[in-house]
Amino acid sequence: MPVKSLEELKKIREAHIKKVKLRASGESADQTIEILVGMATCGIAAGSRDVLNAFIDLIDEKSLTDIKVIQVGCMGYCHSEPTVQVNIPGKEPIIYGNVKGDVVEIILDEHIQNGNILDNYVLIKTFNSAL
Amino acid sequence: MSDIFAQENALEKRAELDAFIDSQTSKEDAIISVLHKAQSLFGYLPSDLQLYVARKLGVPAARVYGVVSFYSYFSQKKRGDFTINICMGTACFVKGVDKVMDEFSNQLGVKNGETTEDGLFTLKDVRCIGACGLAPVVMVNEKVYGHVKPEDVSKIITACKVQKGV
Amino acid sequence: MAKQRTHIMVCGGTGCVSSQSLEIVDKFKEVLIEKDYQDEIAVIKTGCFGFCGQGPIVKIHPDNVFYVKVTLDDVREIVEEHIIKGRTVGRLLYKEPETKKTLPKHDDMGFYKKQYRIALRNCGLINPEDINEYIAFSGYEALGKAVTELSPDQVIDLVKTSGLRGRGGGGFSTGLKWELTRKPPADEKYVICNADEGDPGAFMDRSILEGDPHSVIEAMAIAGYAIGASNGIVYIRAEYPLAIKRLEIALSQARDYGLLGKDIFESGFNFDIEIKLGAGAFVCGEETALIHSVEGNRGEPTKKPPYPSVEGYQKKPTSVNNVETFANVPPIVLKGAEWFQSIGTEKSKGTKVFALAGKVNNVGLVEVPMGTTLREIIYDIGGGIIDGKAFKAVQTGGPSGGVITALDLDTPIDYESLKAIGSMMGSGGMIVMDEDDCMVNIAKFYLDFTQDESCGKCTPCRLGTKRMYEILEKITEGKGTMEDIDKLRSLGQTIKDSALCGLGQTAPNPVLSTLEYFYDEYLSHIVDKKCPAGACKALSKYKIDPEKCIGCTACARVCPVNCIEGKPKEVHIIDESLCIACGACYTACRFDAVIKP
Repeated sequence: MPVKSLEELKKIREAHIKKVKLRASGESADQTIEILVGMATCGIAAGSRDVLNAFIDLIDEKSLTDIKVIQVGCMGYCHSEPTVQVNIPGKEPIIYGNVKGDVVEIILDEHIQNGNILDNYVLIKTFNSAL
Repeated sequence: MSDIFAQENALEKRAELDAFIDSQTSKEDAIISVLHKAQSLFGYLPSDLQLYVARKLGVPAARVYGVVSFYSYFSQKKRGDFTINICMGTACFVKGVDKVMDEFSNQLGVKNGETTEDGLFTLKDVRCIGACGLAPVVMVNEKVYGHVKPEDVSKIITACKVQKGV
Repeated sequence: MAKQRTHIMVCGGTGCVSSQSLEIVDKFKEVLIEKDYQDEIAVIKTGCFGFCGQGPIVKIHPDNVFYVKVTLDDVREIVEEHIIKGRTVGRLLYKEPETKKTLPKHDDMGFYKKQYRIALRNCGLINPEDINEYIAFSGYEALGKAVTELSPDQVIDLVKTSGLRGRGGGGFSTGLKWELTRKPPADEKYVICNADEGDPGAFMDRSILEGDPHSVIEAMAIAGYAIGASNGIVYIRAEYPLAIKRLEIALSQARDYGLLGKDIFESGFNFDIEIKLGAGAFVCGEETALIHSVEGNRGEPTKKPPYPSVEGYQKKPTSVNNVETFANVPPIVLKGAEWFQSIGTEKSKGTKVFALAGKVNNVGLVEVPMGTTLREIIYDIGGGIIDGKAFKAVQTGGPSGGVITALDLDTPIDYESLKAIGSMMGSGGMIVMDEDDCMVNIAKFYLDFTQDESCGKCTPCRLGTKRMYEILEKITEGKGTMEDIDKLRSLGQTIKDSALCGLGQTAPNPVLSTLEYFYDEYLSHIVDKKCPAGACKALSKYKIDPEKCIGCTACARVCPVNCIEGKPKEVHIIDESLCIACGACYTACRFDAVIKP
């Protein structure tokens, strides 16, 4: 479907804009939780593909709903790959580093289901963006 | 001269290469793309394959050879089943990748750029692969190992052998 | 576990641990038990806060109060005042250096605003394989605005006024390059994106293409509109398979949406992009060499002029710009030149992405405004040197750059200031080196790289870099003479003056700059036959400290050349003439008796 004008482009933007708000500030119109997994070459080398698959498998196994797992690029925290960002509507997005093995399940159980942030894995967002 | 077209499935591979060459709009421009395709199909670019590409493209063989020998990505020698690429980027260098290279060289009994007699391993240095956060880095075929220490070398070699079933 | 009302988070990063943060954790637990608060308050050791210059750091959650430079003696006060009485301990709060204001909440701290992401704005935030997510973040609006509301000259003017300069190394004005390519009349022109990221230690272009490929596609289309080109080419390293795959997906999605192809936004503007693979030649980062490679030839550079803007790909006017440069373009078009101008220094506007690597705690990609100091990057963002070792130098500009010492750590970095201190911006690789790195060895490493990557076309580079490498090899083997230093200097200068392209002209920089800042190290290698950092194998010899050796024989048993002698329970001696300096004895000794050279 070709985009013929700026107006049409803006319509596509409107249709997808809730993601912007959720990821940047935690505002969202619906209740879908997002898990972003950093999947650039170095992230994958550090095991982020296994992390992504583990999230998908565990979400299925635990029959959790309203959670989307999305692959994204490099967040720049090479020292703590694999990195994962959890966006819960109404809350500040949280970035985790060194997400390996059991940590995936702990994020689902503790953070997403019980609302407890895993302090030991939190990476502090050290940048602002020109969005 | 090797007979590259005596390789397994050589006819199918050649047909695929032919189709790729025919799909190129500009034959002159296409040398590097065609060589990438040829190397991905046949594994390396011996002289008879270079000659074949030259004739198909209608350019002098010397020009194809000039291109193959210029770029480090192209190999004129058959490689082992596992190419052990040692990253020689600066980050890996300051984190001591030279010791990892020495250890591979010792354990495999080959120098940088050589292939073991059993045809299993090729040891090779490679330009920065940009995974500096994991330095020192070793890439075996497509798999990247990060934070490699000389002690890890035997494990990596064993993992390859297990995968190959020897 | 019962839920605790407050968490005391103590930084357990390497920097803080070396300043007793683990003891601080224990002390907190001890005081809490003493006051009988252990069930209400949790003490947690966290990952690095990334503010190691101010460590040890303690954060009280959920109050979001941030204490810096906490010592063991402060623990009791924090518990009694903050935890029990709910009063913030003012003297331990961070004071912003400029304003001297105390900032209780870490979100307010200037440090966390040090990074500002323009080129990396979407990396890690959007799914690079979904064009809708890019559009949701204002994607392709800049292209729409350019082709429907602005004339090509206005676009060029905007980019020129913004002050954007090439991020691949040279720092040439991007707007000016576009203008020069727009001027000559021709039936076809080309936009080439240089994604042949060859600098060892730089990976920002790969990260951008893997994380936000559409921003590069959009910018190339804008460039095409500005200069009057309808064809774009991305020249990318074959060693980047994931970036290639994501770029291919992005291209096909952009075509489906009509954002590439014919009559974009019904403006009559046509543009499409094809991908060409590089094949591993560093010299192809040079624009004339790159164009030859795109044409299917050996990537050898040619003399400029003619510049590619007049005679480039297929002899047509061509603008070659780097990935990171392109990634800056859409925000400039959307937010305006004034916005971009407001960031950075007088002559270098905007931000620069650095690949921070080497002996630094937080290795990563950082994007900071031009004018940020190296100290801020290495200590505040990078978290300082690994294992608390001493900082020695930072190398920028890769094989074309030089080293920067502790003396220049507070220089605000931009294109001019880096050049003034003998290095260069380059593509943004930033390798941090500590006391264990030998500067002669580092210079040799870079020369090994350039002599190997020299295309061989011009003599100064082909032979000159090889000779320089051989001299450095001689010096690191302890066979150097004082004459060699003069030779290095004169050869280096000659190559700089006479080589054909940027690769050769900058190749001597690592040697000349280490000669200037670390002349002592060259002297040690040549005169004393010693490598102060202990990195040059031929020069390093191990010794045994007779005071500490108890004669356990552990070293002698592991020595691969049997050069350690001594009876059990007596002091052992290393025969230096046989020692191969493998370090096995050093690792084996449990009494710190083996002295590393």
